[in-house]
Amino acid sequence: MARQLGLVACHVCALVCRLTDPNRSAHCPRCAAKLHRRKPQSVARTWALLLTACVLYVPANWLPIMHTGSLFGAQSDTIMSGIRYLWQSGSYDLAIIVFIASIVVPLAKLIALSLLLISVQIPWTSQPLQRTRLYRALELVGKWSMLDIYVVALLAALVHFQAVASITVGSGALAFGAVVVLTMLAALSFDPRLIWDTTETDG
Amino acid sequence: MLSALIACHDCDLLQAKIALAPGSSARCVRCGATLYQRPRHHIDYPIAWAITAVALFTIANAFPVLSLEIQGHQTSTTLVGAAVTMQHQGMPLVAALVLGTTLIAPSLGLVAMLYVLIPLRFGRLMPGFVALTRLLQTIAPWGMIEVFVLGLLVSLVKLQHLATVIPGIGLWAFIALMLTSVAATATYDPHLIWQHIADLDAADDIL
Repeated sequence: MARQLGLVACHVCALVCRLTDPNRSAHCPRCAAKLHRRKPQSVARTWALLLTACVLYVPANWLPIMHTGSLFGAQSDTIMSGIRYLWQSGSYDLAIIVFIASIVVPLAKLIALSLLLISVQIPWTSQPLQRTRLYRALELVGKWSMLDIYVVALLAALVHFQAVASITVGSGALAFGAVVVLTMLAALSFDPRLIWDTTETDG
Repeated sequence: MLSALIACHDCDLLQAKIALAPGSSARCVRCGATLYQRPRHHIDYPIAWAITAVALFTIANAFPVLSLEIQGHQTSTTLVGAAVTMQHQGMPLVAALVLGTTLIAPSLGLVAMLYVLIPLRFGRLMPGFVALTRLLQTIAPWGMIEVFVLGLLVSLVKLQHLATVIPGIGLWAFIALMLTSVAATATYDPHLIWQHIADLDAADDIL
């Protein structure tokens, strides 16, 4: 490991630099970015973002994400009831896509990131490769949860035929958007090198 | 000497850099992360793709993405229109999130990429190059054109139950934009730029 040799990779330009005194701040000689052996306070920051996301996950799924008004009355939809509606109207493929993007992905992110954090805190030494792959998968799928936000924005912008039908955005959209942003920030602040730090002892 | 080494960004394993054949990439021997790659093509390729993407971006935002027709009444929206609706409905933060991820982050990314690459193609470095490279790195995860395109398709199918939906020029432009942005980023590797700069510096030293 680079760390054991007193070396650190610049997080901007990837140049390997020598850190003489780990307690003093140092800068990359090539691009002048501040050097960090690991992302600063990675575990604490990730937990803070993750727990906030967990709290907001409740209103995100409970509050309506959109309101539909039509000649036949008014209706409010949460994320789950929107998916149920899609399923019942026969759009099984769409229902599955939205279910994966809006329910499975955020939940999987919350669970997987918690597991990763716990695994580096215990610390757990087995299967570092599997855990790194899990982290990479999280980074890859995170943004797809934004799907429902875009759909609601487009529906609300298109459907406004005064008496006949109109769609407005519900407050659930705000909570849901916050969950997506917070889980993405949490994934970005987690440092996967911590997984490997536990498998090798310094010295 | 240290510049001949690379530390894996995912597992911190120190490895020696090797010369790559065009179109191949170097992976970490321990965790399999992609360390760096050598694009198959010349630096002209990402420049060409990025210029195309900027043109498509303009079209995608100038024309409606979807139109809806109920009993002779027609409505249509652009991407900005959708965000403005959210703002009017008391959701300025969600509106900002939509605009930030589909308009600001991707367009800023493309412009920054061209600003760095075009002068570099002629062997020059522009001022603010380092800051822009950092900016590119920071905003990369927040560009979500491909998710927005899926959102457009989902909305299209959802609305078909309600009324006649007409895909607009904007929709096709967004699909093309998604493909060209992927091509632009796939043919470009930031590591290569730093290598290029090291080569330029070396050339200066010789002169």
